[in-house]
Amino acid sequence: MGEGREATGGGGAAAASASDLLEALVDAGHLIPTGTPGLYGRGAAFDALLDRLEALFDRLTADDRAERLRFPPAIGRALFERSGYLDSFPHLAGTVHAFDGDERGHRELLAALRAGRDWTGRQAPTGLVLTPAACYPVYPIFAARGPLPATGGIADVASWCFRHEPSTEPTRLQLFRMREQVRLGRPEQVLDFRQRWIERARQLVDMLDLPARLELAHDPFFGRGGQIMAASQRDQRLKFELVVPIADPQRPTACMSFNYHQDHFARSFGIRDFEGAPAHTACVGFGVERLAMALLRHHGLDPTCWPARIRAALEGASP
Amino acid sequence: MPMELDEEIRAVLAGSGRLAVDVAAVDRDDDLFALGLDSHGAVELMVALEERLGVEFPDRLLTRATFRSIAALAAALAELLPVGARP
Repeated sequence: MGEGREATGGGGAAAASASDLLEALVDAGHLIPTGTPGLYGRGAAFDALLDRLEALFDRLTADDRAERLRFPPAIGRALFERSGYLDSFPHLAGTVHAFDGDERGHRELLAALRAGRDWTGRQAPTGLVLTPAACYPVYPIFAARGPLPATGGIADVASWCFRHEPSTEPTRLQLFRMREQVRLGRPEQVLDFRQRWIERARQLVDMLDLPARLELAHDPFFGRGGQIMAASQRDQRLKFELVVPIADPQRPTACMSFNYHQDHFARSFGIRDFEGAPAHTACVGFGVERLAMALLRHHGLDPTCWPARIRAALEGASP
Repeated sequence: MPMELDEEIRAVLAGSGRLAVDVAAVDRDDDLFALGLDSHGAVELMVALEERLGVEFPDRLLTRATFRSIAALAAALAELLPVGARP
């Protein structure tokens, strides 16, 4: 827990509540409000910290020989529909719409806009969906290559991701950076991967001196039926999270997640292992902004004043 | 009566197409998850049974255990349905 070990420099982020932390991050120039909850600009020091955390991820994973893949922050409708996202999280998805009318429609749109009426009825789906998790574009790519090699596959992905959960809690962003590794292969390969990452996370927490703990977790499934899915996910121990108290000491924030999908994505996208059976997949994801906020909350709002050991870990110097 | 609830549950299961086997061949104690039911299938089963029988599963019953077998579902439904309202 973070109590009693407040900021060590830079004025401190001794925030007692979510709104205090948001105010502190804004005052320090780390977050720039846009007028929309959960949507912030990033100041220079905060943005540099995000980049340093991604560089730390690079160093942690340097020996993994993961295939680096990058995508723009949207996926096509067909991929989205196959992923099963709408079964589980219809409330979190964001679809991109655009004006689809003629000149008359344009005049009506402007008239509605100027009269303060709803103008969005003129918007039609574009076929783009904002990326909900960085790993989604990876699955059809591996499926299209045919059966996996005996060693399976491993990918390194990063993306801006969207979740429709507007909030003034500063760690709950609508658009944020997610960095992930995805493992595809036999069940034992995939579970090995997840276990290795859980150990690696302990190492990371130690390097960054964060009061974190690992918890059994579940995804924010939609509706009453979602309770069955959540209970089922927990019973089967499919999801773990590394949580750190950030905005609310009573409700720590997930900064990393370790997810075993069994053959869910492999069946949805047709990914086969080297023997032709449906592959199993897992992913490990970092919420980059959340880790950055955890550091600012526990070590102070000015990263130049952080303890030397933590600065060294972030700068890649040998300890 | 439990056996009548069994028939209702079997009818819903047959309509769902979620099992890998013929519902008639499923014993009331068989593990439905082992027979191909997944958690999305369990949610469909919940919605279909609620509509058919006019009940609402309370939060405490929204677990994997409730949907594990025809017997477990019948026990949960017997608890939710007043005696006179049972099929």
